[in-house]
Amino acid sequence: MNQPHPRLPEFKYYQPKSSKEAVDFLTKHADQSRPYAGGTDCFNQIRDKRIHPKYLVDLKSIEGFRKIKFDPKKGLTIGAAVPLNKIISHPKVLEYYPVLIEAAREVGGYQLRNRAALVGNLCNASPCGDTIGPCLTYRSKVHIVGPDGRHEVDLKDFFEGPGKTCLQSDEIVESISFPIPQLGTRGTYQSIGRNKLGDLAIAAVTVLGYEKIDSSSGYEFLLTLTAVAPTVIFVESAQDILKTEPINHSTLEQAALACAEACKPIDDIRSSAHYRRDMIQMLALRGLEKTCGLLNLPL
Amino acid sequence: MELIKIQVTVNGSKEILEVPPNLSLLNMLRENLTLTGTKSGCEAGECGACTVLLEGEPVNSCMVLAVECSGLSVETIEGLSQEEPMKKLQKAFMDLNAIQCGFCTPGMLISAFALLRRNPDPSDEEIKIALLGNLCRCTGYERIISAVKKAARR
Repeated sequence: MNQPHPRLPEFKYYQPKSSKEAVDFLTKHADQSRPYAGGTDCFNQIRDKRIHPKYLVDLKSIEGFRKIKFDPKKGLTIGAAVPLNKIISHPKVLEYYPVLIEAAREVGGYQLRNRAALVGNLCNASPCGDTIGPCLTYRSKVHIVGPDGRHEVDLKDFFEGPGKTCLQSDEIVESISFPIPQLGTRGTYQSIGRNKLGDLAIAAVTVLGYEKIDSSSGYEFLLTLTAVAPTVIFVESAQDILKTEPINHSTLEQAALACAEACKPIDDIRSSAHYRRDMIQMLALRGLEKTCGLLNLPL
Repeated sequence: MELIKIQVTVNGSKEILEVPPNLSLLNMLRENLTLTGTKSGCEAGECGACTVLLEGEPVNSCMVLAVECSGLSVETIEGLSQEEPMKKLQKAFMDLNAIQCGFCTPGMLISAFALLRRNPDPSDEEIKIALLGNLCRCTGYERIISAVKKAARR
């Protein structure tokens, strides 16, 4: 039978049953291996000849890697191979981290989200990955295991540039954890893409806001920007404005402008840098207005 | 290349196969089992022509390795055609001419089938969201959405 598309090139397949087995294997074959969870990015990178692994290390069978755990004091822990649809349909994620669901719904079609894993998305470290903004804004941590044991890293320190993380080639991420958000936290994920079919974002903004007695405005807002810098970034200048100035339309506009000034967009196949900057300002304002509405904060 | 022995249940029947690691579930179904109802489109997880059910959930079979399916169950358009609500969906697609070239139809039907199983009375918006990962280059989607609604109401 004629092949309409080239097959995946040859590789060997390894399915560890524990983190230790995975790390031992990666230690032995560090630069020839590619660990993966859902495979939705990895297989395309192999097909496009962007990576050439000798071994694919399938993490889905490791005990606990497909579990979501929730503790009312400690928060949420999502195993490295949990597919996005499981996160989207989890009642505690909806109750405590709804903005993560908003963003996860932007990834691919329904059937792709049955395979694509949140942690895989993070490890790919695309500056336009939809789920990264909410994970950062909810102040998540990644739990890493390597030959020297386990350690955790704040997600904000995990990314080093487009496609680059602090993960070593003999390490894997076991899970991502989220603390319980401040009581009454509300927020939104606002993005635009070229189409509605889960195309990567041209620009996106994550906003979370909550009441804070000791700030001058009475509120604190957290803002991250997606697809407009080498990594997803917090905008401290905008956050400071919203902490110190009374919250009204003019303050929101100032904060949105601060977002446009803080970003460092590039021209690429999805958009021009100029358009991205304009859209960030618009999305930030829209996200802040929506969040204020959800907080019942009159403007 | 090394071959890996897998046991996979396809449309209710147990299959024991020896497959290379780089064989996708899509190619396993089409070539090893000659189940050509599942179509090969973009092979990048975007068009949905290759959608099948894996453990009852729709997946892009181009984005799944055959070796990952060992011990799991796969259902394709061939196996589901006698089940409800697939029969209703197929009739509604024919009645409303929701098919032109037909290439996207098996994947479209599987996604619609999975939707109706988890939500027997979906709204237009819910149908659009469920079928977002299935591209059709002919119909313009309106008739497909109408057909899914019609099947849901039967």
